[in-house]
Amino acid sequence: MPFNPHTDEDVREMLAVIGVDEIEQLFDEIPQSLRIDGLQSVPPMATEMEITRVMQERARQDGSKLSFIGAGAYEHHIPAAIWQITTRGEFYSAYTPYQAEASQGTLQLIYEYQTMMCELTAMDVSNASMYDGASAVAEAALMAVRANRKSKSRRLLVAGTLNPRYREVIANITKGQGLALEQLPCCMEAGNTIPESLQRYAGEDFAALIIPQPNFFGVLEDVDALTDWAHANNALTIAVVNPVALAVLEAPGNWGEKGADIVCGEGQPLGVPLSSGGPYFGFLASRQVFVRQMPGRIAGRTVDLDGKPGFTLTLQAREQHIRRSRATSNICTNQGLLVTAATIYMSMLGAEGLKRVALTSVARTAQLVEALTAVDGIETVFSGPHFHEAVLRLDRPVQQVLDELAHRGIFGGYDLHRYYPELGHALLVCATETKTESDIKTCADTFRAIMADARVA
Amino acid sequence: MSDIPGDLKYAKSHEWMRQGEDGIVTVGISDHAQASLGELVYVELPEVGSELSPGDACAVVESVKAASDVYSPVEGVVTEVNEALADQPELVNEQPYDNGWIMRLSDVNKDDVAELLDAEAYQATLEED
Repeated sequence: MPFNPHTDEDVREMLAVIGVDEIEQLFDEIPQSLRIDGLQSVPPMATEMEITRVMQERARQDGSKLSFIGAGAYEHHIPAAIWQITTRGEFYSAYTPYQAEASQGTLQLIYEYQTMMCELTAMDVSNASMYDGASAVAEAALMAVRANRKSKSRRLLVAGTLNPRYREVIANITKGQGLALEQLPCCMEAGNTIPESLQRYAGEDFAALIIPQPNFFGVLEDVDALTDWAHANNALTIAVVNPVALAVLEAPGNWGEKGADIVCGEGQPLGVPLSSGGPYFGFLASRQVFVRQMPGRIAGRTVDLDGKPGFTLTLQAREQHIRRSRATSNICTNQGLLVTAATIYMSMLGAEGLKRVALTSVARTAQLVEALTAVDGIETVFSGPHFHEAVLRLDRPVQQVLDELAHRGIFGGYDLHRYYPELGHALLVCATETKTESDIKTCADTFRAIMADARVA
Repeated sequence: MSDIPGDLKYAKSHEWMRQGEDGIVTVGISDHAQASLGELVYVELPEVGSELSPGDACAVVESVKAASDVYSPVEGVVTEVNEALADQPELVNEQPYDNGWIMRLSDVNKDDVAELLDAEAYQATLEED
């Protein structure tokens, strides 16, 4: 589609028609106090060649460090074919086109994605995706409040082991709608939520219980007991899961007696590269009975006038272009391109491939923990079973050690001090299938050298 | 020309109400309302036991391209909802005053009932539109 800017003459003609002398007059109603003259922090114009040079220099600063950071975003191998296909012209668009008459390929891809997510989560219906994991959890919280008609309280129970940034985003997004969050304590020995700790809330009115699996520490939660407790107390269960982990862990639809009600999480591990925090995508799936409360786009399969199969958006009466202020969400959209990558990733790996990614990551993390705890001054913290992350405790402040590791080409993990100061000098580490035994040895050797250096104390 | 039975009461927001001898009232949406919405694909029913005030949005009728709230015409308590609409929302289109009813209310506030329109007055509001 050609882009034709307005010429000065076009602009003059249009202004003449409406009887205005200059464009500035169209903005008269904006008070002077709200205006900014010029953009002080934006540097002067540079040429393409100059910009290219700047970008190359900055890219070099990133380097190619060996990363053992997880904490919500995970480095997995992404077969080259995935982004080769994703960036084909047919898929490559900043905006996701939805017209059924023009976009059968895109709609089918979304439908296939939804089908795969339903299989992974054991849910009946998935939407077309959301901005990211954190906003998907916030939308799930809002959805649960609408969907749980037995609850009037607008209160939710949230595991303290849920990613702290997700907790912040939920609080931020839901406070305007009057939701209240009650945080559950974490067991300091096992590193997960003790189902018995819920007893003090028995009989109280909560719309939902939010359960991470695995939790932020990589530790597995007793999801069956937690789900059953929620249902026994008329609360819905929101599962926040790592999609890769679902290749080896029980699908949320099968948790406890009745299964989770809403499942959401961060889709980045499925073929999306780490990229300074995004763009990633969130996923959200639920049981059929709650579909009218689901936010976001949903692609469906149907037949056309000739009886031929085709794809189209469905259940649109939930959405803002129909329902306006009473839509299920006015702050969400679909991350089409990233969902394209994820769908191709899942297609290429298949169930078996995804399972191997998960199991290899678990094995690598176990090796990493073994190698690091062999270093003087490093010990494990939690006894609970874990997936591909673990918490270690150092005998000195974590940040200094991480800084020194970074100088030596290693991102050694995530410092838990900011969100969990009660854990002491705690470090969250992760090793996926991308790390070799040699990488793990390098990491442990570097830790040992730094920890032995009295200057980093 | 839409059907407006003479024995019912109406709200300006297009709900109708039928008074039963047992003090229970039945509520639905008018023929005019169902015709304006087009073919319904889903009806979200209120929860039995909810206490409603006049004008409370208590149900949603959804067609392929629109969703509209149904407002309670009077104060009352929901005693029964039309479960048949879960599988057959089209009953609202086919028999809006009969098998397409939406909910039944008890403990109805008589003053609210007195405020509702009779068939003639409701007809007049439709003509104004």
